[in-house]
Amino acid sequence: MTENQNDVLVRAEGLYKVFGRRTHEAVDKLRQGTTRDELEGVTAAVIDASFEVRRGEIFVVMGLSGSGKSTLIRMINGLHKATAGSLTIRDTEITTISDRELRSIRRDHLSMVFQHFALLPHRTVVDNVAYPLELQGVDRSQRVAKANEILDLVGLSGWGEKLPSELSGGMQQRVGIARALAADTDILLMDEAFSALDPLIRREMQEQLVELQEKLHKTIIFITHDLNEAMFLGDRIAVMRDGRIVQIGSPEDILTDPANDYVEQFVQDVDRARVLTASNVMEKPVAVVSSTAGPRTALKTMRDAYSSAAYVVDRDRTLLGTVEDRDALKLVRKGERSIEGVIKNDATTVNADDVLMDLFVPAVESKLAVAVTDEKERLVGVIPRVTLLAALGPGPGSTEEITLPAQPVPTTIIDQLLAETEDGQPFEATAAGSEEAR
Amino acid sequence: MLENFNVPIGSWVAVVVDWIRDNLKGLLDVISTVVGFLVEGLSEILIAPPAVVMILIFALIAWAVRSWQLAVGTIVMFALIIGVGQWETAMQTLALVLIATLVTIVIAIPVGIWAARNDTVSAIVKPVLDFMQTMPALVYLIPVIVFFSIGFVPGVIATVIFSFPPGVRLTELGIRGVDSETVEAGHAFGATPAQILRGIQLPQAMPTIMTGVNQVIMLALSMAVIAGMAGADGLGKEVVAALSTINVAKGVDAGLSVVFIAVYLDRVTAAAGTPSDYRSSLLGMISRRRAARRAAAADAEAAAEAARRDADVTLARGNRQPY
Repeated sequence: MTENQNDVLVRAEGLYKVFGRRTHEAVDKLRQGTTRDELEGVTAAVIDASFEVRRGEIFVVMGLSGSGKSTLIRMINGLHKATAGSLTIRDTEITTISDRELRSIRRDHLSMVFQHFALLPHRTVVDNVAYPLELQGVDRSQRVAKANEILDLVGLSGWGEKLPSELSGGMQQRVGIARALAADTDILLMDEAFSALDPLIRREMQEQLVELQEKLHKTIIFITHDLNEAMFLGDRIAVMRDGRIVQIGSPEDILTDPANDYVEQFVQDVDRARVLTASNVMEKPVAVVSSTAGPRTALKTMRDAYSSAAYVVDRDRTLLGTVEDRDALKLVRKGERSIEGVIKNDATTVNADDVLMDLFVPAVESKLAVAVTDEKERLVGVIPRVTLLAALGPGPGSTEEITLPAQPVPTTIIDQLLAETEDGQPFEATAAGSEEAR
Repeated sequence: MLENFNVPIGSWVAVVVDWIRDNLKGLLDVISTVVGFLVEGLSEILIAPPAVVMILIFALIAWAVRSWQLAVGTIVMFALIIGVGQWETAMQTLALVLIATLVTIVIAIPVGIWAARNDTVSAIVKPVLDFMQTMPALVYLIPVIVFFSIGFVPGVIATVIFSFPPGVRLTELGIRGVDSETVEAGHAFGATPAQILRGIQLPQAMPTIMTGVNQVIMLALSMAVIAGMAGADGLGKEVVAALSTINVAKGVDAGLSVVFIAVYLDRVTAAAGTPSDYRSSLLGMISRRRAARRAAAADAEAAAEAARRDADVTLARGNRQPY
């Protein structure tokens, strides 16, 4: 077995789930191209779904209600038996195994977090968290110790002896997550886990999940109808519609390259500022000079870029700082040959994977287009304020190159013109000036 | 036209009843012996100790599951039963009701569970239950007397048949009413059907099932008079005797005793079904005190932990002082 195969924990190929009578007949019809609405007496919940979930990723399945996403996740842990197709979990084909084997797979490899928490109301919080361990046959003192450890991890220390009904919604779902983590399975299924929470708590829980994931590296399959949530959590996203998966890709792929009109319409409402990263929108830096270049080169670069300053990089493009046109002018007048003396260490930098949300303040404060650097502090791009604004607009074109409005006419030309037409007809002159600017 | 239309259902059933009496005698004898032994044994146990001791025990049970108020009420009611001279018959009726309830629960709850898990079973059981509930009780007393002659046993059997339906119905209702997501959670974590039943469905259905048990007991008590007609000793027999001699005083004495036992059993079983509603009960107080002690221990531990951490921080700060 190769390394590569090991890395895929869940693999679905041509998965169908049809509810009703004579389901296999319906699958044959669907395969021949009958649409879902043309089928009579049966409901096709999942149609020809194929995907792979890799170890350690958060795979989000996104779709509106009725798109089949909940059925899909329930097929993964066998709560719904697939009508046709194959589904393997860690090399075990689970569509054909016995109930007994299925239970052992669920116990050891799959755990689930539910939309409405599904906590056992008659058990205390700690006993709820310990429930999967109880099913695994762990003895009481050991499972209580483990449960308390996990409760600490999700920030619920000291709540163990309460009943679920004494907790708020957000806390109850933390218990739900703790229960799933206590099972210590490698795959975590989350079915609309945060949808029942109010928006502030939801945000907090999403952040906590990301934090936990950084520590635990689980393989998470997350179902949601909220695209913003999908974009925030997902390493990869599968978009479902009417039982079919219409696109699988990274959040950026889905946003910038939607597979069809449906997805495009869907992503219109996305909070792009939280999804797109600096590297998605940055442009090739123009106002850049090498630290070994002389002041004349620096000045020329700045003039060509219509910029009052430029970034200075060394030979391997590590960002050193900025140089301003005034300083360069002085150097040229003095006849200096190096700009090294006037490099200012005041560049505003952001990381390539920062989301746009975090770029606004730097963009406002920066005198140049914000510099984007990689993990080795190398300058990989810049983001002018206009680009940042344009990236927030809808449509796939927003991350492409944009044409800037023409630069204003240099003040020297205007001054000259004004001097020539002194006391003449100021109105016409101004009009002519602005015409030219356009 | 319909003059000759004649469907002798009654005769057919009579044939079946006769056949059972003649061919299943062994089975009927076993049932008769076991049930007779249970009821007579229990009524002797209830009658044997001095009445005062029994009343105190009943009062203690009332306090344990509900409240001291019910305990006081119990003492008053049971003292009145002694006062009207029905103590022994009341204990016989109580024994009959308790045994009939026990038999009913032992049969009805499994049937209810089965019906809850299987729609076909549910569809078959439902009309049977309707039949059992609506057929006049005196009618099935006849074959029961054919099988078991007279005494406690036919009384218990008739009572079981009559009080059976709510036991099944409320068990089924309780289990079907369990939040399906919690059952799904059980499946998702790999629980077996038996584990789901024991760990998830039954505990959550318990309040409803206990309502069913309460109903079973109430119906069983209401059968006391009919059991008396079948010759079972107890308050029912007193009522029947009072009726046949038009003895108002005796009838009221026995009838009131039935009411008192009914009130006692109803209040106690209702409280037993929903313990969390009765926090001032003896059991409630004990469990709360235990929880408080546990919480106090946990708090003390947390406080000690916090103190230790504080000490560490102070120490660390101390070290960082420049002088």
